[in-house]
Amino acid sequence: MVHAAFLMPLLPLVGFVVLAFGGRRLGDPLAGWVGTAAVTGSFVAACVTIAGLAGMAEHSRHFTQTYFTWIPVGGLQVKAAILVDPLSMTMCMFVTGVSALIHLYSIGYMKGDGDYPKFFVYLNLFVFSMLVLVLANNLLLTFVGWEGVGLCSYWLIAYWFDRDTAASAGKKAFLYNRVGDAGFLVAMFLIFSKTGTLTYRTLFALPLHHLLGPGAAAAAVLLLFLGATGKSAQIPLFNWLPDAMEGPTPVSALIHAATMVTAGVYLMARVAPLLELSGDARLVIAVIGGATAFVAATIACAQQDIKKVLAFSTVSQIGYMVLAVGCRAYVAAIFLMVAHAFYKGLLFLGAGSVIHGLGGEQDLKRMGALRRFMPLTFATYIFAWLAIAGVPPFDGFWAKGDVLDNAWAAHPALWGLGVLTALLTAYYMSRLFFLAFTGRARWDDPAQRAHHPPHESPWVMTLPLVVLAVAAAAGFVIDLPWAHHDSLVGWLAPVFAHDLYQAHQATPTQVALGVVDAVVAVLGVGIGWALWRNRTERPLLENRFLQRVWFWDDAYDTLFGRPGQAMARFAAVVVDGRLIDGAVNGAAALVRATGSGVRRLQTGYVRNYALGIAVGVVAVIAFMASRTWI
Amino acid sequence: MSLNGYWYLILAAVLFCIGALGVLVRRNVLVMFMCIELMLNAANLTFVTFSRMLGDIGGQVLVFFVLVVAAAEVVVGLGIVVAIFRRRASTTADDLHILKG
Amino acid sequence: MLAATHPTFPDVIVFVLSAVVILAGAVGVVASANPVHAALSLVATLFGVAVLFVEQDANFLAAVQVIVYAGAIVVLFLFVIMFLGVDRRENIEVEPLRGQRPLAFALMAAVLGLVIALAASAHWVTGAHAVSGSTSTGHHTNVYLLGKSVFTTYLWAFEITAGLLVIAVVGAVVLARRPPPVREDEAEGRRAPVGEARDGGERGDGGERGDGGERGEVADVSTHEEVVG
Repeated sequence: MVHAAFLMPLLPLVGFVVLAFGGRRLGDPLAGWVGTAAVTGSFVAACVTIAGLAGMAEHSRHFTQTYFTWIPVGGLQVKAAILVDPLSMTMCMFVTGVSALIHLYSIGYMKGDGDYPKFFVYLNLFVFSMLVLVLANNLLLTFVGWEGVGLCSYWLIAYWFDRDTAASAGKKAFLYNRVGDAGFLVAMFLIFSKTGTLTYRTLFALPLHHLLGPGAAAAAVLLLFLGATGKSAQIPLFNWLPDAMEGPTPVSALIHAATMVTAGVYLMARVAPLLELSGDARLVIAVIGGATAFVAATIACAQQDIKKVLAFSTVSQIGYMVLAVGCRAYVAAIFLMVAHAFYKGLLFLGAGSVIHGLGGEQDLKRMGALRRFMPLTFATYIFAWLAIAGVPPFDGFWAKGDVLDNAWAAHPALWGLGVLTALLTAYYMSRLFFLAFTGRARWDDPAQRAHHPPHESPWVMTLPLVVLAVAAAAGFVIDLPWAHHDSLVGWLAPVFAHDLYQAHQATPTQVALGVVDAVVAVLGVGIGWALWRNRTERPLLENRFLQRVWFWDDAYDTLFGRPGQAMARFAAVVVDGRLIDGAVNGAAALVRATGSGVRRLQTGYVRNYALGIAVGVVAVIAFMASRTWI
Repeated sequence: MSLNGYWYLILAAVLFCIGALGVLVRRNVLVMFMCIELMLNAANLTFVTFSRMLGDIGGQVLVFFVLVVAAAEVVVGLGIVVAIFRRRASTTADDLHILKG
Repeated sequence: MLAATHPTFPDVIVFVLSAVVILAGAVGVVASANPVHAALSLVATLFGVAVLFVEQDANFLAAVQVIVYAGAIVVLFLFVIMFLGVDRRENIEVEPLRGQRPLAFALMAAVLGLVIALAASAHWVTGAHAVSGSTSTGHHTNVYLLGKSVFTTYLWAFEITAGLLVIAVVGAVVLARRPPPVREDEAEGRRAPVGEARDGGERGDGGERGDGGERGEVADVSTHEEVVG
């Protein structure tokens, strides 16, 4: 059964090809159904594979399927092969599952769009790339998937490319990712030069302590982490994610909430044995995770666009995951990743439903009182809201609690930061909820007329919402803190066996921390309710510093943007214009000058030409003489 | 029965060089032509000398043919000269210098 | 080998005298301002060369040299000189092309020196003897030997040369033909220049006539268009 693994990436690829060539003919909505069917098939294959995997003995619970040898160059042997093990299958399950739901949702959301089939072409290709990324058995193939998802992300962000903002957002995403990719590449070079292999299982079986000194290990880890910050939108490469909200909402839900942005965390979890080698690198990672979580949460408190709030929320939540990785709590990170996929996916899809219902309105200040008009969206949104706020018993409480427990055990200061961020998270999500769904119906103001009252979305859009809501509510069962071996911890044990770090804290400490988490969550919700129940404007809390992303974009513009443009100008004018063109034109000028010099030999007088012959004769005879006499 | 061959060869070389000099220095087309005849004669003399020094009749045969070809060449060359300079005032090679770079 | 016998006093005298004549004639050709003088100097040179041919037992060639070269070719030269105008002296003092004379002298001196030096260092002549037939086989005359060689070994070349002569004659006739008369409508309204048909008419034209285009002089444009050849 585990041999069905190849179907997982294959079906979306087939979907991509079919839609690429025949999508236009299939049209709206058939192209959407084809895409959805492909990804759903992939999900089914994932279920089959994971069942087969679970049937294998625990200590050898992994399976490699090789397709062909991609790079056979001397010491570098890279195969196109997939590695089916608990970690990759966990990822595949929720990637394919959430992707299938979002495909279904998109059939309704993108209805009427001019380029309808193109959307599903890109989505299917994205799912294929993501699966390659997750399933790859070596760093280089992971990188192929990495680049693939980056490319699809670019295409999908700039989907409505005739919008300037969308086109720039796509470019911005790609460029930031590129910077991260450079780190990834250099890390691969370093690892290969020290160890001679890029395949995960081979690499982790080597005595890495000897091959990679502390410096090299830290460098490799931090370089890989640079790639992860690019892909997962952490400090210092997070600015692209809010701009990426220019893409259609299903894209934001799938790529920039549930799947692609988790790729960075996945990578770090995958190379956990490397992280074990360098405590300094782990500290850096944890600090960056915590700082990002906090900074993004503060920014989210001041945003007006519903999708921007959710974008910064994503950055913040992934900060938690990175914090967990830095504290060696890989299982907690994965658990939070899964939970986050459910509730963030639901949050985005719900927001999309709201936007769709309001005919394109995204400004929170112009929503309100949607409870009456979109009851199903409203109901499912409550689940997501409470989950992300960390209110028990939703899965957010358990997952975030896991992370914070481990942070308390490893770096208490970061725990404090995490708790503060949790408070902020509860607060801004409540703000969003109350502004959007309760209060006065601001979309009906005479000053801002909507053309028709909001309507509930069609079943293709609400069904995924319901499914995700159920998952958000019940998903916590996969990792209850008291069911050690039967939970995610036990399932992932074969992967993280030696590096598994679960805070073995005394039960009282765990309970105390849990209570703190719950109190903080409820407190945050309460503050949000109190402040935003009736008011829509609070300038002090929504000040410019927060709204302008702590002026981060401006700082980058001054530090990198302007000098970059100056360099480009220099290159274009001086290097290209004067040097290169000068050289080329100079060559031409040289030829011309030589020509006009040489043409003076052609005087037109026969006697001069006869003189030339005489010169030649002398030369030949002199040559012969020199041969004879020397 | 006659002097050593190399005297003749030296004489022929001198004759050749005088002829070449004439081609380079004179402007009158007909005189240039005559200088070319001088060069041909120098070559003929050389061939006959070699023929004698080696006892080979081939040199004289070659001179025979050179003579014939020289005659043909003069005929055609003078025909060209006539065709070009028919209506001109002087027969100067320098007049034809339009084909220049 | 005939060359092996050492020379006698008359041989030396003959050679020296012939050499003087040859060189004097050559210098005369090169240095004469008047082309007719140059032609006569050429005759002297040719005659000297013929004497040297006899001196080297190339009797037939000597005869042919006198008959063909001095007798026919030089006459042809003289004919053309007369045809194109005999009293046109060339101004040999001035050399319009810069550097031509000094360079010519230098180069020719170099050639002369190098050739003689080369030949001397190579022992003047190398090679097998009598490859194409001996110059003396028994008591046959030079004519016999030459003729035998030409008509047997070199027959092919002989026939080709005959063809060459025919071609030369035909070519000369074509080249020296009068140009065809120009048609009325191409004359630009001038009087029909059928007058080109005049044979000796070109000779003696004043200095300014000629196709203005080639000379660069815009002559008094009574000249007519001319379709050359």
